[in-house]
Amino acid sequence: MPHTHTHTQDTLVGLFVAAGIASLFFLGLQVSNLSSFSHSNTFEITARFSNSGGLKVKSAVSAAGVKIGSVKAITFDQKTYESIVKMDIDDQYKTLPDDSSASVYTAGLLGEQYVSLDGGGSSDYLKNGSKIEITNSAIILEKALGQFLFKSAEEKKAPAEEKKGKK
Amino acid sequence: MEFFHYLGATTRASFTKLGRSSFFLISILAGISSVCVRPRLLLKQLHSVGVLSFLIITISGLFVGMVLGLQGFYLLSRFGAEETLGVMVATSLVRELGPVVAALLFAGRAGSALTAEIGLMKATEQLSGMEMMAIDPIKRIISPRFLAGFLSMPLLAALFSAVGIIGGQVVGTGLLGVDDGAYWSQMQANLDFRGDIINGVIKSIVFGFVTSWIALFEGYDAIPTAEGVSRATTRTVVNSAFSILGLDFILTALMFGDN
Repeated sequence: MPHTHTHTQDTLVGLFVAAGIASLFFLGLQVSNLSSFSHSNTFEITARFSNSGGLKVKSAVSAAGVKIGSVKAITFDQKTYESIVKMDIDDQYKTLPDDSSASVYTAGLLGEQYVSLDGGGSSDYLKNGSKIEITNSAIILEKALGQFLFKSAEEKKAPAEEKKGKK
Repeated sequence: MEFFHYLGATTRASFTKLGRSSFFLISILAGISSVCVRPRLLLKQLHSVGVLSFLIITISGLFVGMVLGLQGFYLLSRFGAEETLGVMVATSLVRELGPVVAALLFAGRAGSALTAEIGLMKATEQLSGMEMMAIDPIKRIISPRFLAGFLSMPLLAALFSAVGIIGGQVVGTGLLGVDDGAYWSQMQANLDFRGDIINGVIKSIVFGFVTSWIALFEGYDAIPTAEGVSRATTRTVVNSAFSILGLDFILTALMFGDN
């Protein structure tokens, strides 16, 4: 029965190809971030930070812990020595007050850095091309540690000098 | 003097072989258009090259994923980072182990079979017989097999990775108690579709191309004796393994250099 033989062969090849393509889809949708990649429209806002720390392109922009957009570009302003961070915000979040503040935070102790927008009280909203005026820079761990060590050294020094004075 | 004679002869032989294989590749690629006219030839080869490799690929993928889940858990739990097990399993499978191990298994399972088949056809003068009947053996025999290997490899590698990730999940969340949600969400947050998955697929396409080429050339170029065919089969597996691992290094350096 040569006919049935090729028929089962067709079916098996079909199953094989379908399984391969299904696993490609599985890898795309379930394993990677393709499903969260939305083609919906976005608007761009800009913020200037005196230090944007380890922020990267594609880092998350969140408000109240919910991801609302991503960082589009980070450039250095040669005149003011600030970092200019351009962010794409999803169009559905149109009602962010225009006096919102932007801060660079770290997710967890050693996690990735992200921009957090904290709403202000203005009745005007952020729109395409808006600039965020109030920003808080990233906390650089080495700097903070350095300041802490410096402070504690000062505090130790001060009582010692007092003792000297008494003698 | 004897040494220089030997060195010169080997160099010349390896260069002529390289040239022969290049011309062979060109004629295979030229013959692909005639495969499109006879899709049944391709279908038959897809069955023997792809479908019959299905089982070894899925079972190996499952076990590789399970081992990754186990070893990854032991290592990551030392740093209190068990939640990133999914990222570790998926990244290593999609970027490296999926394409490479699937290609090595493919070379062992399908490549050696292709070489032996073509070599025996040559030894029993079936290829010459075809030429006598004015049938081009390249178009009729070689090109469909090449195309089947080239098409099967990315599908098999994707299967390997997908099954492996599920295997890692079974071990990680089922046996070792990693949170199921963290396994998937960390994976999704850290794997990029274009950067990781597409690059893995490109790797497997390159491996499929090279493995099929080597297997078919070694068979076609084999000395038409029992010993010659057996040597050709060995060369297929060895050369494929070398090329896969070497190319993998080059491709990795090119793809993931800036990350």
